[in-house]
Amino acid sequence: MLTRRIIPCLDVRDGRVVKGVQFRNHEDVGGILELARRYRERGADELVFYDITASPEGRQVDRSWVNRVAEVLDIPFCVAGGIRSVADAEEVLNLGADKISINSPALADPDLINRLSRRFGAQCVVIGIDSMAGDGDWQVYQYTGDPDRSQAAQRRTLDWVREVQARGAGEIVLNCMNSDGVRQGYDIEQLARVRDVCQVPLIASGGAGSEAHFLDVFEQAHVDGALAASVFHKGLIDIIELKRWLGARGVHIRQVGGTEHG
Amino acid sequence: MTTPGPVALVDSGGANIASLKFALARLGRESVFTQDPAVIRSASHVIIPGVGAAANAMERLHAAELDGLVPGLTQPVLGICLGMQLLCAGSDEDDARCLGILPGQARRFTQTAELPVPQMGWNSLAIRQAHPLLEGIDSGEYVYFVHSYALPVGSDTLATADYGGDFSAIIARDNFHGMQFHPERSGAVGERLLRNFLTLESPCN
Repeated sequence: MLTRRIIPCLDVRDGRVVKGVQFRNHEDVGGILELARRYRERGADELVFYDITASPEGRQVDRSWVNRVAEVLDIPFCVAGGIRSVADAEEVLNLGADKISINSPALADPDLINRLSRRFGAQCVVIGIDSMAGDGDWQVYQYTGDPDRSQAAQRRTLDWVREVQARGAGEIVLNCMNSDGVRQGYDIEQLARVRDVCQVPLIASGGAGSEAHFLDVFEQAHVDGALAASVFHKGLIDIIELKRWLGARGVHIRQVGGTEHG
Repeated sequence: MTTPGPVALVDSGGANIASLKFALARLGRESVFTQDPAVIRSASHVIIPGVGAAANAMERLHAAELDGLVPGLTQPVLGICLGMQLLCAGSDEDDARCLGILPGQARRFTQTAELPVPQMGWNSLAIRQAHPLLEGIDSGEYVYFVHSYALPVGSDTLATADYGGDFSAIIARDNFHGMQFHPERSGAVGERLLRNFLTLESPCN
């Protein structure tokens, strides 16, 4: 049986891992390779690296770190941020990333999803969606990496979830902006509604603060994976412990430490 | 004792072979991504990585005249993910006819809200037959899958996994082997499987 995934997200800026509160006030939490190795050792199922400055500032990024990560990691990882074209995606995949994730560029040019999926296969193409409650519904936001440019994308979240699947997305990461960074739990109501219309893997993002929050999102929103950053970076939750705790409560999850070979 | 030459990684198109090259390097083996028949024939071990679509990959193998060469190889050959499906008779993906070295037709998973497609993530192996490739590997250990098509269980199946039903996770017949998951992305278990493959005896050593 397929296991639920625990996915630390490392926001990368200028070669360092940072974390902000609701996308603001970023603080430095460590080096990329050091954290990548640590999370692999602690049983992360995969990692997401998100270059938070790339997309809003419209600049080319130095992606050599992707190759160094691929060299040390033997678990899958995804790269997000600054990927605007098939050529950008090809560069990142050739450097050794398993998947690429796009967000604002897909809103600006939805056909990019079709082109990426045709070229590399749906399994490489992850669509990130920043979503927030508004007008009695959930709305998609774009350019959320920059508080000055962050704006509603004039799309209903559920409509966009359907559209990206039809265009060839292989996985969706739903970042619930209302709950991001405040550690009060995932947005179960929104994730459960998105799950109803999502037939590709769905990853929850935003709000993890305790072990119980992971149990809630797996049991109540039936997501395939749960992504979190600050609780892991700050050492508030240890992934091996979290997985044992979830496993004891009936969540099917890959345990490490007991079954892995040395 | 002579140092083995590079492992041949057969170029059937697609990006993303860096992770496989790095995984082999961690095991002390160089590798070369190639369509050169001489390089492939003389390699001690040959791997067919697979990313992308079956029909496209078969066209690339055909254009390089490798569809005739691969079935005649005598050293250990390993198809990974799509590469495993290429070793078999065919795939429902674009009705592709594959190399036909092993029997079996890759079928698409039935997509439901409970079973998203692609299957993406860690699933456990159930071992059906002992084999040197599985040395040190137990049923219940996890490996990383990313795929929408899978091969049914048959007499060449060494291990299965369950995704709405059992499918072939590892197959072998003679010197041909296949893994539906990505050993290079499957942590310590995947590393052991790759090491086992590289220690299979080769007439080209």
